[in-house]
Amino acid sequence: MSANKKTAKILVFSTEKISDPAIDMAGLLKMHYPPTAYTISVPCSSGIKPRWIMYALEKGFDGVFIAADGSDCTYGESCTEKTGHIVDQTHELMKQKGLDPARLRMAALCSVCSESFVKQMKTFNEYLYSNLTGLQQ
Amino acid sequence: MKTKIGVYICHCGGNISDYVDVEKVKQAIEKEEGVSLSKTTIFACADSNQKEMVEDIKNNNLEGVVVASCSPKLHQITFRAVTERAGLNKYNYVHANIREQASWAHSDKKTEATEKAIQIVKAAVAKARLATSLNPIKIESKKSVAVIGAGVAGLKSALELANMGVNVHLIERDFFIGGRVAQWDNLCTSNDKGKDIISRLYKEISSKKNIQLYTGAEVISYSGSIGDFHLKLKIQPRFIHNNSNTEKLQKAIDACPVEVPDAFNFNITKRKAIYKNFPGEFPELPVIDIVSCTKCGVCEKICDQIDFSQKEEIIDINIGSVLMATGFDPYMPAEAEFGYQQSDNVITLPQFQRLIANSNNKLSYLNKEIKNIAFIYCVGSRQVEGENKYCSRYCCTTTIHAAIEAKKKFPEINNFHFTRGIRTYGKQEILYRESLLNGDVYLQSYEDDPAQVLIENGKTIVRINDILTKKKEVDIDADLVVLVTGMTPREDNSIGSLFKLPKGRDKFFNEIHMKLRPVETVIDGITIAGACQGPKNVMESINSGLSAAVKSYSYVSKGELELEPIIAVINKDACIWCGKCAAVCPFGAIKMENDGKKDFAIMNNSVCKGCGMCLPVCPTDAIELIAYSNKEIESMIDALL
Repeated sequence: MSANKKTAKILVFSTEKISDPAIDMAGLLKMHYPPTAYTISVPCSSGIKPRWIMYALEKGFDGVFIAADGSDCTYGESCTEKTGHIVDQTHELMKQKGLDPARLRMAALCSVCSESFVKQMKTFNEYLYSNLTGLQQ
Repeated sequence: MKTKIGVYICHCGGNISDYVDVEKVKQAIEKEEGVSLSKTTIFACADSNQKEMVEDIKNNNLEGVVVASCSPKLHQITFRAVTERAGLNKYNYVHANIREQASWAHSDKKTEATEKAIQIVKAAVAKARLATSLNPIKIESKKSVAVIGAGVAGLKSALELANMGVNVHLIERDFFIGGRVAQWDNLCTSNDKGKDIISRLYKEISSKKNIQLYTGAEVISYSGSIGDFHLKLKIQPRFIHNNSNTEKLQKAIDACPVEVPDAFNFNITKRKAIYKNFPGEFPELPVIDIVSCTKCGVCEKICDQIDFSQKEEIIDINIGSVLMATGFDPYMPAEAEFGYQQSDNVITLPQFQRLIANSNNKLSYLNKEIKNIAFIYCVGSRQVEGENKYCSRYCCTTTIHAAIEAKKKFPEINNFHFTRGIRTYGKQEILYRESLLNGDVYLQSYEDDPAQVLIENGKTIVRINDILTKKKEVDIDADLVVLVTGMTPREDNSIGSLFKLPKGRDKFFNEIHMKLRPVETVIDGITIAGACQGPKNVMESINSGLSAAVKSYSYVSKGELELEPIIAVINKDACIWCGKCAAVCPFGAIKMENDGKKDFAIMNNSVCKGCGMCLPVCPTDAIELIAYSNKEIESMIDALL
């Protein structure tokens, strides 16, 4: 982690049909959140590979946030459970590598959950900022 | 890996460049590996820029294109079309969203917004470097549309769709069609009555074999996606058989001992538990309000067509698109807002309209004759303190029209208008002039000093510091105060919540773009029309209904839709066949095969929907999703750091 950062670098995996519109609407409504939160869109949150999350954390992202489809997933009702399993699996990998599992978070975000997204980004940033020493220098 | 990528960074007028230094973004990007051309442009979506892009792609043999502009929901399709026109496969185009996710989201931090925009564009370039040419997948689209809401916008949309040969399911929650327009008497600027317009539309709809009307019906669940939605409808019974004897039914209505406030007349009158809102209403069969009915049996004794054994029905429909036309609710003033509910003399504009429609010979309210009427404008609209900052647009015209109609019927009345500036736009100015010629008095105040309603010694006084007469204090002793209430989003938003339809700043359903995609929502296949989208008058509602009908038609007209060719690909050599991928696939797209040497998984490409659920469960990482490969995602992560 580089020094003199004001906000944590967060990678958001969002989904094209469900959480992307919520994140876009947060911008439309000028609901500000930490500017170092970046989005990579995927079709469904249950298709995110743990290796991508590990890659992001090992390469320098302070935290990874999965904006999950939840019960709105157009591909099937099992999405929440499967995305939860990906998070559990990655938490194990993080522990093995000595990384704080709390640096990976997941929350279901529907297409209108802009406020929730902004709140999640702010609280995640606060957590990362207070717990990762590099951020406070 | 591509070496000739063209990057266009859009100012979006000033929507991006007011907060993001687009020149700085360009300078940062032109050094990126693979970028051979980079430009800034005032409006990337403008015809002139699109033509320039086509020329650039052809002249420079570009292999990939990135446009950094608004959300891909708005213009990805536009720029993919540009690449196709230039002879480049459209899947070599990558969109970078630096408006919603940079300039607007971080308009409070310009330096950081610029830095973020640079990273976003770098990530898009990284993806473009690895993008490959693909062909879209085609799926069947059901040639039918569900229109939700049978007000004037829904009725016109349904007719338009039916005329174009589409099967329409017209779903109305109330037991009678027509929505708000049925509640209005004479309309402006035509000589029609609201209920006459609805009657004409109903007759047209009845003549169409490809429109199925459901009243008392609600959508209780939905699944599927564009081209193939499945809706479950709950249909409430009327408790009266079809083809009943009209005379007997009228006698049953007359005999019903239950009286409840009549919502059709905004509660200024009462109706029976068995009722119709007005003679000639459609559908013509009355209904029993089962919540208010005491089941005393009086109506059953008079009319043998009444049947309390009728049960609610649940039916499933399968459609290709949903057109939402669920209308609005009038603003309900808070208690004591301009004397509302403090004085019996204070009513709302919809109540006044029903009062005028139902009154003859002399104008009275609660047995008191009305002479002086005070209209207080912008109640629940253009609020300084409160949620409704917007102008409801229709209310100035409607109030002036109602005042003219009242004056025509009851020439002895005096109309006093307490306004915040009149907005009778367009042709509606004629009404304003007519009202002035009638002798109506107009007084005006600013938003920080609105008119006040004072209840003194049994009198209702409306006071204003009138800015048209140098803030002279003017008092009017009003027999009736009419609060000019605006439009608000439906209080019951259950249908919006069910479909997860985004709402805008004013809490009405939100379109993707007010000018470029004015009836589409971010939910593919769902369009919006009428006042559920924002305040509109009848003509505007009808126009948006027709527009939404054409857009919904475009989703279903061909009977097939093009989908993204995003499917999972299995690396046979790496596969050890554990069966986990087949177990998690919700579509049964993965099967085991044996080539004589080993078992391995194979993908049925026509069944795979591209969700990627099989990716993370593979122990040997043998599955990749097209356009979301490890290389592509990891190169984007690298670019964002």
